[in-house]
Amino acid sequence: MFYGEERTTIAAISTAVSESGIGIVRMSGDKAVEIADQVYKGKYGKSLVSQKTYTIHYGHIVDGGEVIDEVLVMLMKGPGSFTGEDTVEINCHGGIYVVNRVLETLIKYGARPAEPGEFTKRAFLNGKIDLSQAEAVIDVIKSENEYALKSSIQQLHGSVKDKITEIRKEILYHTAFIETALDDPEHISIEGYSEKLQAAVLKLLNEVHKLIDSSSDGRILKEGIQTVILGKPNAGKSSLLNALMGEERAIVTDIAGTTRDVLSEHIRLKGLSLNIIDTAGIRDTEDVIEKIGVNKAFDYAKESDLIIYVIDSSVSLDQSDYDIIHLLSGRRAIIILNKSDLDTLIDISDVRERYLIYNSLDEWEEIPIIEISAKNGYGIDVLEEKIKEMFYRENISFNTEVYITNARHKVALMQAENSLNKVMESIESMMPEDFYSIDLMDAYEALGRITGETMGEDLVNEIFSKFCMGK
Amino acid sequence: MKFSANSVWENKDHYDVVVIGAGHAGCEAALACARLGLDTVVFTVSVDSIALMPCNPNIGGSSKGHLVREVDALGGEMGKVIDRTFIQSKMLNKSKGPAVHSLRAQADKANYSRTMRRVLEEQERLDIKQQEVVRIIAEEGKVTGVQTYSGAVYPCKAVILCTGTYLKARCIYGEVSTNTGPNGLQAANYLTNSLKELGVHMYRFKTGTPARIDRNSVDFSKMEEQFGDEKVVPFSFSTNPDDVQIEQVSCWLTYTNEKTHDIIRKNLDRSPLFSGMIEGTGPRYCPSIEDKVVKFSEKNRHQVFIEPEGIETNEMYIGGMSSSLPEDVQYAMYRTVPGLEHAKIVRNAYAIEYDCIDARQLKPTLEFKEIEGLFSGGQFNGSSGYEEAAAQGLIAGINAARKLKGKEAVILDRSQAYIGVLIDDLVTKESHEPYRMMTSRAEYRLLLRQDNADERLTKIGYDVGLISEDRYQKFLEKMRTIDSEIVRVSSVHVGASDSVQKLLKDCGSAALTSGISLRELICRPELSYKILSVIDKSRPAFPKELEEEIEEQVNIRIKYEGYIKRQLRQVEQFKKLEDKKIPEDIDYDEVKSLRIEAVQKLKELRPISIGQASRISGVSPADISVLLVYLGGKQ
Repeated sequence: MFYGEERTTIAAISTAVSESGIGIVRMSGDKAVEIADQVYKGKYGKSLVSQKTYTIHYGHIVDGGEVIDEVLVMLMKGPGSFTGEDTVEINCHGGIYVVNRVLETLIKYGARPAEPGEFTKRAFLNGKIDLSQAEAVIDVIKSENEYALKSSIQQLHGSVKDKITEIRKEILYHTAFIETALDDPEHISIEGYSEKLQAAVLKLLNEVHKLIDSSSDGRILKEGIQTVILGKPNAGKSSLLNALMGEERAIVTDIAGTTRDVLSEHIRLKGLSLNIIDTAGIRDTEDVIEKIGVNKAFDYAKESDLIIYVIDSSVSLDQSDYDIIHLLSGRRAIIILNKSDLDTLIDISDVRERYLIYNSLDEWEEIPIIEISAKNGYGIDVLEEKIKEMFYRENISFNTEVYITNARHKVALMQAENSLNKVMESIESMMPEDFYSIDLMDAYEALGRITGETMGEDLVNEIFSKFCMGK
Repeated sequence: MKFSANSVWENKDHYDVVVIGAGHAGCEAALACARLGLDTVVFTVSVDSIALMPCNPNIGGSSKGHLVREVDALGGEMGKVIDRTFIQSKMLNKSKGPAVHSLRAQADKANYSRTMRRVLEEQERLDIKQQEVVRIIAEEGKVTGVQTYSGAVYPCKAVILCTGTYLKARCIYGEVSTNTGPNGLQAANYLTNSLKELGVHMYRFKTGTPARIDRNSVDFSKMEEQFGDEKVVPFSFSTNPDDVQIEQVSCWLTYTNEKTHDIIRKNLDRSPLFSGMIEGTGPRYCPSIEDKVVKFSEKNRHQVFIEPEGIETNEMYIGGMSSSLPEDVQYAMYRTVPGLEHAKIVRNAYAIEYDCIDARQLKPTLEFKEIEGLFSGGQFNGSSGYEEAAAQGLIAGINAARKLKGKEAVILDRSQAYIGVLIDDLVTKESHEPYRMMTSRAEYRLLLRQDNADERLTKIGYDVGLISEDRYQKFLEKMRTIDSEIVRVSSVHVGASDSVQKLLKDCGSAALTSGISLRELICRPELSYKILSVIDKSRPAFPKELEEEIEEQVNIRIKYEGYIKRQLRQVEQFKKLEDKKIPEDIDYDEVKSLRIEAVQKLKELRPISIGQASRISGVSPADISVLLVYLGGKQ
């Protein structure tokens, strides 16, 4: 519960995340200077603790042996700072990746990602801003909180959310079993259960670990948006790729299936980076859609952040188009009607209608449908703008939404990992079973923070629904 | 009203407090008030049923044992009475961690009831009166007295409602339904309406009990005998352990089988539960046998415990087979169980429905928010269980007394006691079934152990005035001894002598290569403070009656230090929010930016602290932030 730990040190990027310019990472709290000292290497090796307030220092931010950036560090000790607490501001060279790496490093050394509006809230609670501003602060917290929560859940890729839900379910089951046995020892025995639990926790740990690796913070920023281009043979997938890249990289002919090599391209687009996989280039994938069916295509698209589905608008839609449109449910996706330079046999409202038939309205709003001609470049700018809109929005929201939520997720995943490790330790050191469930529930709660679910009466309900109690 | 309104007269005996009901809650409430110097009267529909145990013949059990110990540490009576009247006792979960060890005793029901009645009778300032209370009299939102069925009005300053399962009670099995309380006792049919007139919101809950059978009709050779512990631990911290080493009686274990389940399945349509005759909500934690058979159809047998109801009776309780099936089906199903083939039923199993309240109308002090001077405790508050009742009765009694004396109320929080968890849950969370205590409900259970209930609560009991000076001094001496012993074992080092190595080897523990402190040795899972006594030459002698308790405390505190410290840190965080009090006159409409749902919930519940607010369903962390900032601004 973030509101219970007011004294912890918080950190956040305080400038809008943009392609260039200077980025500032701000940190506030009792341990701000101490944490900064662990990652800051000054030119003359001086520590920040020994420095006066309101001073600026030149040096580097390092994580272990790795130099992350050349920075200027501004020191403002409490109570004379904005928040009233010790505050450190790190001016980086900017760039989304670098600024995030700096923040990530601070978190690694003990800071916690700030909640939206938290710096202001602290300033208020520490008496640094007056009462007349209180309402404004409340509004900020409220709106940002709701926004963050909403976007945090939106942010979750379907597969990640499913995975976390699955892990939580498993944890809850084991905990409930142990608890039932403790509550009703004469009816339910947990003799020898620790071995079974050990195997289960090992599996869970493995899964949490994978999640940390794959969905870790700023992955989109660091590695780019994983984009998959889907489409029937010769719909114009490769042409689209080329148009986006501005050069002829893939071989394009009018013969279906000309692309033979796996194409994975890295594109910088309006300040975002895209890793595009042109499935057209993958022979197997062609086969998938044509022969094996849509399930495998879905598996493939599952790993992606964005699906671009290319339709040849000069050919009528058929069942496999419908199947793919069906697949786009609940995903970040764009439908492209390509070959707008040719006579169109498809109209947008038909596609939209199909989409609505297949996808329940309440889950997803309208899917973006864009007409382009990959051949002459018509509509490419609209597509670029759309992608930017989907992932970038405005600078500020990019900052809070994508970064903060991801950082929070990672912290939560790491806490869950930590708790599961403690379960393993307890089992290995032959602690009694009731100790396991304490850490299991901590893991359960941590994971719930990602999916936005609180524990509430979950455990008690699980106990009653899954296990038969006595009396 | 139908009762004798014509014969209304005012009773001139002076009473400060009226307690309604003399069950487990009522007894504790009445004793606490009288002991704290208030003139108290306790009403019961039957003096013969004081401290009656109408369901299972046990006190304690998982997490309930904790409650009994806490009641005892605060100066309550339950622990002392069960120590004098138990006929078998067990420490449950002994192979698990100390947090979940739990005492459970079989009571001699009649003896328990009689003994508690004697305590009440002997208590100064406490009168017992057999009468049904039909009306709570309140003026301008403040209690001024009660009226009985006979027409008598008893003026008083506080009333404690402990009506248990008696309000508009109805007992049902099959198509048979009687408007009686448990055991065929008279129900209280008028009070509900009086409470409703005062604006109290009522619920209707349901629970049930199995049949009692004649011991002479049971074939024990087909059952497994269940013994008590060899060394019995008393419930009360004031009971000398030597006094509870009595000859114990056995319980018996047998099982249902597919035949039993078939009979139940075939007759489900005759169950009042399935036919809709019962409207009340039953508890999921003690399902009837028909519930179990339906819900856990994959299980081909369920355990059945045959437990004596007392020494001087042949009645036995069939634990695990509560039911509301018709009488003929009860006979048929019980007789499929090995050992019960010829069982003769003395009392039928039945379900019971009764009126109780939505406890969210109460403050954590157990006083009604809207009616000053009206307190309540026990099953009336939507809980279940003798122990849960006793705990609430005690707190309601203490707080009624303190209110009349102008003293600050006693509110235990979730980090102090199971009682705190129990009451906080009851007054904060909506519940649709009778609430039972469970260890999984306690977030800080490593700290809330049954073994350290005295450490947690004796001081509070002493400050309140329910723990005597003598007992308090003994308690302080025990604490000092434990503290100094922990210091001592941390500084005593043992070398790798032959005797040490031999002991380690015998215990399957790694041999020493160099000197080590006793404390470090205690930390090894296979060793304990007690085991090490043979190599601990400087260990002082402890008073005999405290020896085991001291040994246990030293052992637990050292062995689980890491875990305990972790929970203490969590408690620190928790306390921060508990300590942020919300003023009673807060106007939630004034707090901008709270979500509408949150405003509604907060207005309805009026939590006393940010901590309590954060536990209300429908109040989000964002709302809590908003509240914190708002309150911060007010200061």
